Amino acid sequence: MGGKFLFDGQPVPFEEGQTILQAARAAGHYIPHLCWHPDFPPHGSCKLCIVKVGGRHVSSCALPARDGMEVESNTPEINGERRALLQMLFVEGNHFCPSCEKSGNCQLQALAYELDMSSARFAHFYPDRPVDASHPDVLLDFNRCIFCELCVRASRDVDHKGVFALTGRGIRKHLVVNAESGRLADTDFAVGDRAADICPVGVILHKRVGFALPIGERKYDEASISTVAMEKGE
Amino acid sequence: MDSSLETAADREQLRRVVIDPVSRVEGHGKVTLLLDEDDHVREARLHIVEFRGFEVFIQGRPYWEVPVMVQRLCGICPVSHHLAASKAMDRVLGIPVTRSAEKLRRLMHYGQILQSHALHFFHLSSPDLLFGFESEVGKRNIVGVAAAYPEVARQGVLLRKFGQEVIRATAGKRIHGTGSVPGGMNRHLAVEDRDALRAEIDHMVEWSRAAVELVKRLHRADPALYDEFGRLRANVMSLVRADGAMDLYHGALRFRDADGKILIDKVPDQSYRSLIREQVKPWSYMKFPYLQQLGPDEGWYQVGPLARVQNCDFIPTPLAEAERREFIDHGRGEPVRATLAYHWARMIEMLHAAETIRDLLGDGDLLEGALLADGERGSEGVGIIEAPRGTLIHHYQVGGDDLVTMCNLIVSTTHNNQAMNTAVREVARRYLDGRKLTEGLLNHIEVAIRAYDPCLSCATHALGKMPLVLELADAGGEVVDRVVRE
Repeated sequence: MGGKFLFDGQPVPFEEGQTILQAARAAGHYIPHLCWHPDFPPHGSCKLCIVKVGGRHVSSCALPARDGMEVESNTPEINGERRALLQMLFVEGNHFCPSCEKSGNCQLQALAYELDMSSARFAHFYPDRPVDASHPDVLLDFNRCIFCELCVRASRDVDHKGVFALTGRGIRKHLVVNAESGRLADTDFAVGDRAADICPVGVILHKRVGFALPIGERKYDEASISTVAMEKGE
Repeated sequence: MDSSLETAADREQLRRVVIDPVSRVEGHGKVTLLLDEDDHVREARLHIVEFRGFEVFIQGRPYWEVPVMVQRLCGICPVSHHLAASKAMDRVLGIPVTRSAEKLRRLMHYGQILQSHALHFFHLSSPDLLFGFESEVGKRNIVGVAAAYPEVARQGVLLRKFGQEVIRATAGKRIHGTGSVPGGMNRHLAVEDRDALRAEIDHMVEWSRAAVELVKRLHRADPALYDEFGRLRANVMSLVRADGAMDLYHGALRFRDADGKILIDKVPDQSYRSLIREQVKPWSYMKFPYLQQLGPDEGWYQVGPLARVQNCDFIPTPLAEAERREFIDHGRGEPVRATLAYHWARMIEMLHAAETIRDLLGDGDLLEGALLADGERGSEGVGIIEAPRGTLIHHYQVGGDDLVTMCNLIVSTTHNNQAMNTAVREVARRYLDGRKLTEGLLNHIEVAIRAYDPCLSCATHALGKMPLVLELADAGGEVVDRVVRE
């Protein structure tokens, strides 16, 4: 049974089984997200899509909509919390946008612009994360991983290969490749895999392409991430 | 090498005067003078106090990222690094760059030459030259120039702006663009950008001619100063086109000795290592390159406009070539050796850049044609370009996994290290020795450094290869421990 809820004061209809995020998007309301992807079940890990319902923080990608809910999303308080999450992601890894080939196509960068993040705020961790260039067609630059597990899910659930996994806990969590050597070249990963094109940041990169498309003419250079998400459904 | 004022014998007894920072240059440097009780200069050194790390943190990065990453060495001449790295990677990929891509890169590069030379002459150096080295310090800047010579300042600002626009149209941004990629370019010139640049280019050529005239007037007004200040004998090095023409984008290496005789010619860029060695001195983070066959004492050399204008056989654009001939005639059969002649040579090059841009803008290859080609992959490449400040060398090795395994950069300012130190000593000896030091007198030292248009940020990119000696001394000055890292 569907119904309606209030999203930042505006009525939003929903169908039974839709999450807050899905119903809001269908009604033209953008909610920031990183680990959520329209083709995959909710993951609820990045917390960028948090909204307030009845005074409680919830992941809008995971919580089913209910009739009569009052949802707060685009408020200074919630956006401030989202910005803090982004800042933590930026300092946890090594995100050097000026020479990153994903610049302009990167959702982390685009969200930082969307949410007016103007500084890193916290001290950088500068983790030591060597790249894996062993595969002939794809480079893994772990410096930029945000642990969204989209590659893990795509490789496991779509490609049926299980090439990637997260390991370690808390601050020591990191992305690994499922091979005894730990090298991508020693898996059956292929450049045509869904996992090769799913990364929202600059970890999984097709080799030797780099800056073939000029910066300034890329997806989020031309329109904000909210516009791209709502107009193209990405 | 003139090392007479490099290291004084009794340093502890001498009075120390420091110019820190050296102003109106790019980056951070300082000059120390050691004076005895009669104000005689006993030691003069230009130190570079920045320390960076590009050569090391480029290792382990994918090769296609390098032209974009390495240009962050500098905010003034990023195009030079962007293109030198691209040229080196063209070699790694074994790609002969397409006609369109090379012309677009040339346009970008000559835009860079134009804007950088305008910036240096008008914004950084003209205050000294127009007002005098010892003029009121509060007015000795571009704002002062704008007040006293509004048309000169206006043309300077607009020349630089035009050069920046050329860069934007070819690289995507005025600073740190991404137009050049290993093996070619990623964009053509847009018709509307071409038309906008063409609408202004004749002004730029005219104003560049006026700038050359301005420098010549300054030389004529005070030949004693302009022909003598910081005069020194030096070898010179630059790229020269196969037919002997000035070519700031590509060519082979040529050395001339201090008498103007060609010592070495037509050395392919890939063989630079057979010619050049670098010396390290404990008091500066900037290395001292020298021509190997002459050794460090005799083999140091100058690069940049003064070297280039005299090293080539001709300049392939008519207005600049006429100016080059007049410049050469000024030497009356001898090389022009005065430090301030750098400005004259620089303005001739700016005129050449403006003429080259004008010619290129009429070329249809900029608007269409293949931008990338295929090649046979190798593992090593050298890219050399004549940056605004002089010869810029990028050298990379790339592994089979596409990651950079070795990076060596020798930047323009580094080549000029010994020449700048020699000029500083020459000026200190001639103008400061035995006199009560004033701000104006100390500015003479800075004027000599400034003439080279040094970019100290670029020059101190090295990390990891720097030998280090650490000494622990007790209160009496006795060394009790010593650690050496080669």
